[in-house]
Amino acid sequence: MGRFILRRLVGLVVVMFAISVIVFFIFNVIPGGNPALRMAGRHPTQENIEQINKDWGFNQPLYVQYVKMMDRLFVKRDLISYQDQTQVIPTIIAGAPRTLSLAIGAAILWLVFGVTIGVMSAIHQGRFLDRVLTVLALVGVSIPIFWLGAVLLYLLTYKYRTVPLFSWIPPGGYVPLSSDPAGWATHLFLPWIVLAVVSIGFYARVVRSSLIDTRSLDYVRTARAKGLSEWRVLTRHTLRNCLIPVVTLFGLDFAAAVGGTVILIEPIFGLEGVGQYAQESVAHLDLPPLMALTLYGAFFVVVVNAVVDVAYAYLDPRITDM
Amino acid sequence: MEQRGGWSLAWRRLRRNRAAMVSAIGLALLVFACFPGATLWANYVAHHGPNDQNINGYVHEGGKKIPVVALDGTPIGPGLRGPYLLGADANGRDLFVRLLYGGRISLFVGFASAVLCVGVALILALIAGYRRGAADAVISRGLDLIWAFPVYLLAVALATSFAVGGIAMGPIHVSSQSLAIPILVIAVVYIPYVARPIRGQVLTLRQSEFVEAAEAMGASSLRIMVSDLLPNVATMALVLLTLIVANNILTEAALSFLGVGVPILTPSWGNIIEQGSAQIYTAPALTIAPGIAIILTVVSLNVLGDALRDALDPHARLR
Repeated sequence: MGRFILRRLVGLVVVMFAISVIVFFIFNVIPGGNPALRMAGRHPTQENIEQINKDWGFNQPLYVQYVKMMDRLFVKRDLISYQDQTQVIPTIIAGAPRTLSLAIGAAILWLVFGVTIGVMSAIHQGRFLDRVLTVLALVGVSIPIFWLGAVLLYLLTYKYRTVPLFSWIPPGGYVPLSSDPAGWATHLFLPWIVLAVVSIGFYARVVRSSLIDTRSLDYVRTARAKGLSEWRVLTRHTLRNCLIPVVTLFGLDFAAAVGGTVILIEPIFGLEGVGQYAQESVAHLDLPPLMALTLYGAFFVVVVNAVVDVAYAYLDPRITDM
Repeated sequence: MEQRGGWSLAWRRLRRNRAAMVSAIGLALLVFACFPGATLWANYVAHHGPNDQNINGYVHEGGKKIPVVALDGTPIGPGLRGPYLLGADANGRDLFVRLLYGGRISLFVGFASAVLCVGVALILALIAGYRRGAADAVISRGLDLIWAFPVYLLAVALATSFAVGGIAMGPIHVSSQSLAIPILVIAVVYIPYVARPIRGQVLTLRQSEFVEAAEAMGASSLRIMVSDLLPNVATMALVLLTLIVANNILTEAALSFLGVGVPILTPSWGNIIEQGSAQIYTAPALTIAPGIAIILTVVSLNVLGDALRDALDPHARLR
């Protein structure tokens, strides 16, 4: 076990280094044009450009530029947006609780509903309910989520606002959990659903097909032959085995939601978390914050994956042997 | 008994799948509507193109003159008429005509990036799976690196970085306004998702007797990869291609919605949503209509992809 963790840790460091090199290439090397001019955003001034050349070492060799970038991102942490001269890293830290609130709530929703719908589909395989749920899951994975967010917001908080069922839904914004837990939940209700929809469809499909596959295996037949009830066979035997791929997927998808998908949802609902910061940086072509967000986001994903791997090895000892 | 090849059997199975046939016909109609249909509709029914503005114009309906864009900036909504069938946007451009022309771009970007993605993934997977060893290590680790990034984050980072100065890598120069940038960006981020399963398949296939026989006859690696292994992974690649086109259309919409996808002056479904969503409270059709076009297309492609998989590989029906 110890050796496995150590090996995983070394691999993690290598991957993080490689990722930082890729990010460096994406932002500093591959694009055309004067790098300082690109860094300066939409309205560059002459002073800005000189400052940027000094800060980032654009006229020095590539390895010096790389070291400067990493130094500013992780040691000095003094990255500024040349768009409005604000500090990048404090803005990211301020947005993090909002983004995590969104992602954790949505993750709980998609796990619960994805597994439930998948199980219901599998139990009723081939019958009416299965068909309806399968079509819904298919539509769920085919909707552009930013569109779903915008349309739901329009329908529920504007067009049908007078319907009592929807009148409590606020038209966007964020309330901190510490100051008003009820307001926090009502403000996040729609964003949670929208972020969860795609994953619910996906998880339902995975659980359904995996349940149907395991149902005809020998150990399930034995359990039935012992006289166990269908419910007990499902909860004690088949479902447990089917949830193994779900756990792996969950780590990946949760990290991907925090590190990527929030960029499409937060601006719709005005949550002003990390995702909205990324969206605004994209809209202004403001590269320093985007560079920081890309690197931190990718690091977050690989660290979460490493943690999932180790947790997994702990749960299933066969893995460390491989 | 009449001998039938795998492809013809698959075609028979596919024809019996009603949902797949409905999707295929729907897609064919959509492609017709967007490619020849867009020009026909613009020339003979609407009488204006996708970028023609008409802020001060009027539409005659039931003997009344209705302004295309009202004084308060609210554009005309959907109605049963030739021009402005689905209404207009804030600049008096015809939403339906823009949807048809936008479909051209969205479908083209989705398809072109999928072909590029699957093509590159096939080459990498064949080399990695057949040669193994160092080549496999380099390719697989490289794919793992792309995989490590959240898809949207990587796509947005690439697209934004190229949105200012274009691409300048050695001899390759691409202008920042080129359609090649979203195509390239979307293709790159999905390569690992296609290459991984194909590589797995190649690893299994290379153990089989027909590969051993080809090796024994002295066939070169290239020959084995192209004429022995490629035909055997072609079905898998075709299924993945269909599903990736669906995925790419969604990704194009997302990138365009963020303002770094298809250049702003070219209508695409994502661009139309991006420009329309600012007016969702006064002119909801501008947001809703292109979204529905995307959903119908993507659902059809997903249904077709799943059905293709079932038809080509009946033993792995439930996967």
